[in-house]
Amino acid sequence: MLKRLLAPFASSLLDSLRDLLPIVAVILFFQLFVLHEPIPNLLDLTLGAGMVVMGLTLFVQGLKLGLFPIGETMAWDFARKGSLLWLLAFAFSLGFGTTVAEPALIAVAAEAADVAADAGMIATGKEAKIAYAEGLRYTVALAVGLAIVIGVLRILRGWPIAWLIISGYIGVVVMTVFAPREIIGIAYDSGGVTTSTITVPLVTALGVGLASSIEGRNPMTDGFGLIAFASLTPMIFVMGYGILI
Amino acid sequence: MDALCPFEHVIPLCATFGDVLPIIAILIGFQVLVLRRPVPNLRRVLLGFVLVLLGLALFIQGLETALFPLGKLMASQLTAPAFLGIGPDAAGTESGRHWLAYLWVYLFAFAIGFATTIAEPSLIAVAIKANQVSAGAVDTWGLRIAVAIGVAIGIAIGAFRIVSGTPLHYYIISGYVIVLIQTLFAPRSIVALAYDSGGVTTSTVTVPLVAALGLGLSSNIPGRNPLLDGFGLIAFASLFPIMSVMGYAQLSEWYARISQRHKPPNEDY
Repeated sequence: MLKRLLAPFASSLLDSLRDLLPIVAVILFFQLFVLHEPIPNLLDLTLGAGMVVMGLTLFVQGLKLGLFPIGETMAWDFARKGSLLWLLAFAFSLGFGTTVAEPALIAVAAEAADVAADAGMIATGKEAKIAYAEGLRYTVALAVGLAIVIGVLRILRGWPIAWLIISGYIGVVVMTVFAPREIIGIAYDSGGVTTSTITVPLVTALGVGLASSIEGRNPMTDGFGLIAFASLTPMIFVMGYGILI
Repeated sequence: MDALCPFEHVIPLCATFGDVLPIIAILIGFQVLVLRRPVPNLRRVLLGFVLVLLGLALFIQGLETALFPLGKLMASQLTAPAFLGIGPDAAGTESGRHWLAYLWVYLFAFAIGFATTIAEPSLIAVAIKANQVSAGAVDTWGLRIAVAIGVAIGIAIGAFRIVSGTPLHYYIISGYVIVLIQTLFAPRSIVALAYDSGGVTTSTVTVPLVAALGLGLSSNIPGRNPLLDGFGLIAFASLFPIMSVMGYAQLSEWYARISQRHKPPNEDY
């Protein structure tokens, strides 16, 4: 068992080293040749880079052993169980639950509250800002929950993804016309920050698993696309939130 | 909490665990209460979860001790008025604000966008899955490089937008139009994956560095408000990979067709 785990581990370590190389190269190049500054804390840098390589290696191994299999197994089990309602409830909880506690989103929501207070959309007090940020977080989480539900329905029914994405784009454009100018940048960014490192592999495995367990669906054309919805709906919802508040 | 997490300053295990707790609760809840089926290879799956947690904690800690401080420092140095030549002595003259003065900023935006995307764990995950599902037709490295080029171009254009002060939604809406046109011509099997690659690119590694760049640019360039203009780089980084991935698929399809045409007819088929 141990030997079987260690052999792929060694080659995976090399892969991670290669993955990190571009960042190190960019930082060294700009620091030495553009800014003409020495490298501070060389020891810290080496140590940190070592931790990143090690961490990435463990993550990729864990992905193959844990996250991918559990996502696909659950997709198959839901398909076998045949209860649409439970599957959609699972899809919603996965989207909502993983987003509401996402650290990147918490940070963006706090910044958004500053922008809103600065623009005079809400009171400048601390409480008003906290309430605004909280409202925004739940709005985005709701949007991601709904996105996964729509995405799962799409896989089940075999709707073409392009039509849904085009409708989403039209929604974004229409909301942009009506949304206050201050919220637009935050809204567009909120689409990108919602999908975390653990959510992505799970949701991808869920989509691919569902598409392969249902007859007539192709995992390549139908299985992907859940993440795309999860980064589109928050833009529409956040602009809606900006209009309402 | 301190007693429970004695090594928190070395590896943020408890913080990482806290972040993924909702996901674990949902998975266990539905598995135990709704599906009620035994998980095959439960021990392997649990080991996998432990590795993911440990790996992510190490990964984040490594980034925060080594790369983020230096990267953020560089973003602020490159956008400092002294480096850009837009200091008080240049005030009143427009010469210092020529777009060429920002050439290093755009190059840095491009390079850091490319480099952070290559190291992005969620993109690695999607690339592995896409390779499996397509039975090898989608090349893991090809996809990752296509996405990284998209992010690089996106962030460079996003930096240009902050410098020039043009409205964000013009860029995004034009981007949508290009994506729609490409969707009509791209191979059908790649479309869903391309749309997905927009969302996965911006997470752990890219967001903090790109945010530092946006903040540095928007607070140092006269006439820009960091609260208003600092946002938007992430949006660019999630839009452009959609184009580059579809473009990559179109190119490889075209290349395959060309090389097919030049091959001598094969009698075996």
